[in-house]
Amino acid sequence: MEVKILTEHYSDDNYRSLDGYKAKGGYETLKKAFSMKPEDIVAEVKASGLRGRGGAGFPTGVKWGFLPNNGEPRYLLCNADEGEPCTFKDRMMMEKAPHQLIEGMIISAFAIGSHKSYIYIRGEYVYAAKVLEKAIKEAYDAGLLGKNIMGSGFDHDLDVYRGAGAYICGEETGMISSLEGKKGQPKLKPPFPAVQGYLAKPTIVNNVETLAAVIPIIRDGAAAYRKNGTEKSAGTKLFSVAGDVNKPGNYEVPLGYKMIDLINNECGGVKGGKLKAAIPGGTSAPIITAEEIEKATLDYECLAEMGTMLGSGSIVIMNDTRCMVDMMKVISHFYHHESCGQCTPCREGTGWLHKLVTSVITGQAKLTDIDLLCEVANKMKGRTICALSDAAALPVLGIVPKFRDEFEFYIKEGYSKVRGKSHGQMHH
Amino acid sequence: MFELSNETKEFIKKELGRYETKESAIIPSLYKVQEQNDGWVSDEAIHAMSEIMDIPVARINEVFHFYTMFNKKPVGKYHVQVCCNVACCMAGTRELFETFLDEHNAKEGEVTNDGRFTFTRVECLGSCDTAPMMQINEDYHENLTPESARQLLKELR
Ligand SMILES: Cc1cc2nc3c(=O)[nH]c(=O)nc-3n(C[C@H](O)[C@H](O)[C@H](O)COP(=O)(O)O)c2cc1C
Ligand code: SF4
Repeated sequence: MEVKILTEHYSDDNYRSLDGYKAKGGYETLKKAFSMKPEDIVAEVKASGLRGRGGAGFPTGVKWGFLPNNGEPRYLLCNADEGEPCTFKDRMMMEKAPHQLIEGMIISAFAIGSHKSYIYIRGEYVYAAKVLEKAIKEAYDAGLLGKNIMGSGFDHDLDVYRGAGAYICGEETGMISSLEGKKGQPKLKPPFPAVQGYLAKPTIVNNVETLAAVIPIIRDGAAAYRKNGTEKSAGTKLFSVAGDVNKPGNYEVPLGYKMIDLINNECGGVKGGKLKAAIPGGTSAPIITAEEIEKATLDYECLAEMGTMLGSGSIVIMNDTRCMVDMMKVISHFYHHESCGQCTPCREGTGWLHKLVTSVITGQAKLTDIDLLCEVANKMKGRTICALSDAAALPVLGIVPKFRDEFEFYIKEGYSKVRGKSHGQMHH
Repeated sequence: MFELSNETKEFIKKELGRYETKESAIIPSLYKVQEQNDGWVSDEAIHAMSEIMDIPVARINEVFHFYTMFNKKPVGKYHVQVCCNVACCMAGTRELFETFLDEHNAKEGEVTNDGRFTFTRVECLGSCDTAPMMQINEDYHENLTPESARQLLKELR
């Protein structure tokens, strides 16, 4: 069942405006936060068990705790780059509830002692950026941003920064480079952004959904927040579901919810064939089969045990008319296109993966190339500046062993085991 | 000869003071210049930017070439960007893209003879629940069918 904590008022069009947002209790939590000590807000977020919703699932309160006490200015950056294929929750959140993000950011900024924040939004989200800019102006005009917010004595400035088309700017250090006016190339960690981030100053990077989730945690308390979810995966989460389901869309459910229930109940069941597989957490997450889907619960621990991940919470459902060689080709093209090229294993590896899988489709591959695919992928893991290389390798290591027969058939017969001889433009 | 319009100049000057570092103004300024220059940024435009921003040409070029949303050569009046990532591909955008090229006698990434279109395949635009979709200039067009997509292009003059 959907449990709408963040999305409770999303069907109200007026929620987008300051008045509409306030009518539903908006900015009341900010008022409450100002009556608390910043360190108590951090402690509450820690106690809530909130984990980053951008993909890595790192505990938010713990991250905030890494900020050094050295008197340097601190920055808060909201990651609204949302480039992970098949993720579309942050866009909805920003378009429907810009003030929710702004309120979540001010509370978070107050908690960590930051006076300047940016929302780094992907360039393609032109409309969402406009909605945000309008809402930020409303907030300034109402004294919710700027100097002495709500008479609290706390100052905070918030601005929007538009990216310009680069998936790698979703990686936090790539984002920082981009915001600094450079190529969006990731930087070696450590130092982590919390210690040395934007302009080499202590910086917290959090996803849109993470920052919004701070509101119910402070409003209702950590214990209430934990009523949903599991011990290690607290609260609710938005899932973007697409592909072969009758009702694709964003759904907010408690973590730990059964994946098959989400598919059958909220999403109206599988469309166009029988359930075959799912990508559970954005294309970087290894695919799982129909049998695995039956057992999967939507939490960090279950999906990790299955050798995949919850990631950004975007699920692509595939029915039995889908060719896995095709899917792999699309995915490997993406990572090859998006590698920033700094690290050899990533730059060369993503190219190799794409070339190998394309050669399967164009009839130029040998059976030994199947193992070569996995070998290349294995060599790309854990040896690069950022995790894009792993994100490119992992899907291969999921899809190839699980659907090896489809790769073998394609190579032997020269056409897809699933979709037959029609090439469906996949050779491009 | 390319010249920055007064509006563009004003915009750039404001952006230069908006962020913590002036280099952060490069991306917003490139957007503005691209808008002024019918959808792409020429070498001349980069030089003009360099002058007014007092940032070396090479430094601006570094940023310019990194990001895919800045067009390095002229584009049609309508830049049709068809998502061909997972969800849209499953919904048939690769086939749709081929029909576009066929019907408009176009090559991928090149301006059509009548100057109206440039067709490009792009990665996920974060609109998978409304697949198949495409972006034309700044606007998203969602839940397409082959007919509705073709009709849409017909109406763009
Ligand atoms: C290649 C790559 C792309 C990423 N893209 C995004 C993204 O689009 N949005 C996002 O919030 N996090 C993204 N991340 C994760 C960020 O690096 C970072 O962990 C996150 O923004 C932290 O926020 P959170 O703790 O609130 O999740 C990406 C990571 C990698 C390695
Ligand atoms: S792993 Fe890939 S994307 Fe990440 S820094 Fe290295 S080359 Fe760039």
